[in-house]
Amino acid sequence: MEELWQGFVKALQLVVTLDPEVMEVSGRSLAIAAISCSITALLSLPLASLIHFSRFPGKRLLVNVIQTSYSFPTVAVGLFVLVLFSQAGPLGGLGLMFTPVVMVIGQVFLVMPIMLGLTISALSGIDKTIPETAVSLGASPFQTAVITLRHARFAVLTAVIMSFGRAVSEVGLALMVGGNIRGFTRTLTTAISLETSKGDIELSLALGMVLILIALVINITLNRLQQR
Amino acid sequence: MKSIAIPLMALVVASSLVLGAVSCGAGGGDRLRVATTTSLYDTGIWDYLEPMFEEEYGIELDVLYAGTGIALEYGQRGDVDAITVHSRSRELRFIADGYGVERVPFAYNYFLIIGPQDDPAGIAGMTPEDAFGKLAESRLGSFVSRGDDSGTHSREKALWQAAGYEYQAVQQMGDWYIEAGRGMGPTLLMASEKQAYTLTDTGTFLSYKGQVDLVPVIDEGSALLNVYSVIACNPEANPNINYQMAKNLVDFLVSPEIQELIGEYGVSEYGMSLFNPWSDDIAES
Repeated sequence: MEELWQGFVKALQLVVTLDPEVMEVSGRSLAIAAISCSITALLSLPLASLIHFSRFPGKRLLVNVIQTSYSFPTVAVGLFVLVLFSQAGPLGGLGLMFTPVVMVIGQVFLVMPIMLGLTISALSGIDKTIPETAVSLGASPFQTAVITLRHARFAVLTAVIMSFGRAVSEVGLALMVGGNIRGFTRTLTTAISLETSKGDIELSLALGMVLILIALVINITLNRLQQR
Repeated sequence: MKSIAIPLMALVVASSLVLGAVSCGAGGGDRLRVATTTSLYDTGIWDYLEPMFEEEYGIELDVLYAGTGIALEYGQRGDVDAITVHSRSRELRFIADGYGVERVPFAYNYFLIIGPQDDPAGIAGMTPEDAFGKLAESRLGSFVSRGDDSGTHSREKALWQAAGYEYQAVQQMGDWYIEAGRGMGPTLLMASEKQAYTLTDTGTFLSYKGQVDLVPVIDEGSALLNVYSVIACNPEANPNINYQMAKNLVDFLVSPEIQELIGEYGVSEYGMSLFNPWSDDIAES
């Protein structure tokens, strides 16, 4: 318990004194997760609407597959991205291994199923009369999708929050394709993993608390947005 | 038509975002990547040397923390420009296979067999080979193995071999043999927690001394010599390798000034040096 308390005190110290190294890795964690979630949202919202509003054989199976992928292990996604982007892999020529860019790409793969699946659920939860009314009033499929998404915005925002949570807290992928390079690809989670392996439990706990703090701030902000 | 427009638009937005990200992140020309064995990283010596190299050559040096096994794998795949490792036979094979240019030793120290203060298996004073034999026979203490295909793990396997045991047989011997599958630092912490024996390099042990409740039991024997070398990866195997800069890193590590700093590293903090500068008089077996 003593250790937890010391970790808490240390976390406060690091935050209050704006410790440059902690600020740097926190900013990087935040930026990478935010960018990957934005890209995922841009891709997922239209795709989820498309899946929801169209009828095709195997639709239920597809949704099942998407939901199963919620629990993809981060290291498995990491391995997949490594095989793709390593110099020996098909996309090796881009020279992206061990850069923040490849971490973003990996996170997009990682959180895409969550965002897609939860958005589809969100759309399914909307009263069918809403899209039907829109269509009868002459709305195009695109306008219909936008109207329905707007009605589902609370649930869609939940999808975004969940995705962000998974992206910012994962460590397997970041270690494997990012490489935990100081000042370049080190994030809060990989720093925690490193400091723990160095035996600095106090600093690790403190960094963990900083991560929770960031999640808290993000959630409060998004909730504020939701209430508008 | 319009239902196609949505995914199409998304695709365009996404690809432009990815392309944008690629173009600003791909400035890989100004970075040199070196994959290093965990024991060099855990001692902090890379954190110490990295800024000096960066200043001297005006390049970002990315140090990747990996065991010798994965470091060699990164080298083979062409994902790093150089490696610093400590497993001679595997280094020589790496070069023979055409992935590395030349093996340049730059530091050495000794492996230690460490264990609980009271030495339950009674191996103090033995040769490393006999000690391993006694550990397997008596089973009076646990042994934590790196189990991660690292240089230290290779040495441990060689010691079991020298003691007359097949490594696979050792793995099957029971609960006293624990495979951690982690870097040197975490393995030390685990061995300390379990009050078990383990094989460690001197440098990492000294830098973790305050946190590890174990003492050196055996620190003598030619079988314990531990040589660190740097290998520039072969640009003929992977054209993306920044060979010129990798060569600069090799020259940097063996330069007289850096050799002196390596020899002094840790003296003020631990009372003794963690590494010895390389000398060609050292006979590697």
